[in-house]
This record gives sequence, structure tokens and C-alpha cells, in this order.
Amino acid sequence: MSNTEQPQTCQCDGDSCDNQRRNFISKTAAIAAGTVVAPGIFLHQVAQAKNAAEAATDAVRWGILVDTTKCADGCTDCIKACDERNGLTKENRPEIAAHWIRKVTLRDKATQKENSLPLMCQHCEHPPCVDVCPTGASFKRPDGIVLVDKHICIGCRYCMMACPYKARSFVHEAITDQKAHAPRGKGTVESCTMCVDQVDQGGQPSCVTGCQHGAMLFGDLKDPESAIAKKLKEINSVQLRADLSLNPGIRYHGL
Amino acid sequence: MQKMLLGLAAGLLLIAGWAGAQAADASGIKAIKQVSETEKCVAPKEEMRRTHMQKILHQRDETMYKGVRTTRHSLQSCVNCHVAKDDKGQAVDINNPKHFCSSCHKYTAVSIDCFQCHNSKPTDPVVTQPIVGNPDFIHPVPLKSSAEVSQ
Repeated sequence: MSNTEQPQTCQCDGDSCDNQRRNFISKTAAIAAGTVVAPGIFLHQVAQAKNAAEAATDAVRWGILVDTTKCADGCTDCIKACDERNGLTKENRPEIAAHWIRKVTLRDKATQKENSLPLMCQHCEHPPCVDVCPTGASFKRPDGIVLVDKHICIGCRYCMMACPYKARSFVHEAITDQKAHAPRGKGTVESCTMCVDQVDQGGQPSCVTGCQHGAMLFGDLKDPESAIAKKLKEINSVQLRADLSLNPGIRYHGL
Repeated sequence: MQKMLLGLAAGLLLIAGWAGAQAADASGIKAIKQVSETEKCVAPKEEMRRTHMQKILHQRDETMYKGVRTTRHSLQSCVNCHVAKDDKGQAVDINNPKHFCSSCHKYTAVSIDCFQCHNSKPTDPVVTQPIVGNPDFIHPVPLKSSAEVSQ
């Protein structure tokens, strides 16, 4: 999997003016991070823990960095943590069980090098599942978390077809004794919620906290001072199927 | 023509009799609540009976789309507070006629699908623990956050 950069759009005829502007902005940003450059223009707003009554804003964008060099082959701690937290009971029936996170092994055909990695909803900036949803049940929150509003989901499963990561599952059977924070029911589609209720209360997704190998890092991609943003600046990382220009919030190191 | 009128009158009488029987039954059905008499609901009883559905519908969208996590009008708070228990002291689910929601909804023949996805029993360990001194009273929200969520 190659690290293809997002195509850069240029507003003017030549590159020069755009580059100049970009340089100017990045230099100014270095000096005045977190301050107002001009009236009404914020370069960066520091993410703060929101209280229960506050709405999620686009001042943050939640993301996860997966270090596949640390992710152990055969380890399923993240899956167990997710199942436990969200009450996903599989009962040894993988054909119909809901999978919010899976372990996937990628093999380079040329070199035979294998990488083990967790694969879940990639929380795209431009999610195809949202594009195809006929009822508007599939949606993206301002902070970048992609969810299904099961109240209006009709279970058509278009989103499951549209998702290039195969991240969504359909609930085939009636469910009882759900977790209070993770309502689930027959006839709706569901996927990783990035443990949105925990995140709203200043916590982290359970797969991240459940990983024994420290292979997952959660944080605000927009905050240059966050651990994840610093790490992303330091090491190489790729987005899966970057060629689709979906700009996922989940990034992988070591592929 | 006379026969028709007679039939109509008989029909009306039948309907009236049936409605009367229903009303008589209704007096026997009471919703069971496991809340303290001193603890008030989030709004007066009369208002809650008429508008609880709007309150939880509004909260539903606030939580779903904006991530607002106040518990004042959340469905889970209804469930946590209005807990009915069976003879063994276990919280009953929506299929049991004693359940707070189903006791009324069955009578009014309004089917709700909230509990196809949401749990109809309290699951939070904090709310399932009885408060010392009053074993019948189950606190609706964790004590620590009850001040934070009051609006």
C-alpha cells in the first residue's frame, strides 16, 4: 500500500501564488498558533473537554493512529475490548455476528511481507456510506465520527455495499439486554462508533485502551499539540485506499 | 327501514357496553414506580403524561447528532428511575405487564419500538445498587453527576 498524497487543488494559473500563500500561512501559523490572525479567522482552536450539555463541534477531528509494527499477529485484544464494551455477542456464528472491528492480515504479493492490523470504520471525511444512504440515517458528526442513526435506518444495506473497508454489519436477529450506551436492534446497520459516548465524556475508544501492545493512539487530528498529531508529524503513516480520496480519520504506520 | 334502525341502535348499545367494560378494567391497572415519594419527576405528572414522547424524541436527536449527554430527558433515565421489579426483586423487561412503560402503553394500545434497540432494564451498576437506608429507592443517576446534569 503506497502513501499517495491527497491531490492538492490550485486556485490560480501557476503554482507560485498558491505556494507563496501556503508558505505565508504556515509561517504565520508557527508564530501565532492558537491566536487570531485576522478578525474572524482562527488558525487553530484548542480542543477542550466538552461538558454534557455542549454540542460536538468541528473544532476537533477525532482520529486513531495504528502502529502495525507493534500490532501482534494473532492478538485480538482490541476486538475483545470492543465486544465487551458494546455488548456484541457473537455466539460462534461469525456469518451473522456483528463485527465493529476485525483483525486483517495484509500480504504484499511481491515480497510476501505480512502485516496484521485492526480494521474498523475509518471515519472518513467524505464517507461513501453517507452519500448512498436513502434516509439520511448514515451521517457524520461535526467532529468527524461517522454514525448510523438507527431510529431512521431502514436496513437497506446500501452503506454496507458502498463502504470500501467492509466496516459495517447488519443485525439479523432480535437482541435483548443491550448495553445502555450502545443500543442495537434487529434490522439496522451498525459499525464502529469510536465509542462516541466515552469520547463525548473525555474518554477514549475501548479498542485503544484495550490494546496491550500500545499499537493504537487516539486523539484530535486538528490539535497540533495532541499526541497523535505530534506522532503523525514524526513518523510515516498511510490511509487505507488513499486513492479514493476519502481522507479517513484512521491512519496506519508500518504498511 | 325500521329493521335497519333497530340494528343500528343495537350496534350502538353494544359499543357503549364494550367501552363501559373497558373503563371498568382500566381502574385496575396502575403503573408501578420504584421512586421515592420525595423525588419528583423531571416535570409534573400531568405534563409528563402528555409530552414525555416529545421530550425523549428531542433528547434523542440532541444526543445522536450533537453528542449532548445530559440525562435529564434521556430514555435511559426514565428506565433507571421507573424500575418495576418482579416477585424475586429483579427488574422486569418491557414484555412484563408490570413494566412502567408497558403498563400504560398496553392499555392505550400504543405500541412503542424504543426497546427493540434500547434496554428496558437499568444496566448501570450505580443505579442498580440500592441506596443505604432505603432499599426500595433506586437513584436515577449517579449521585456524583446529579448536580452536574441539573439544568
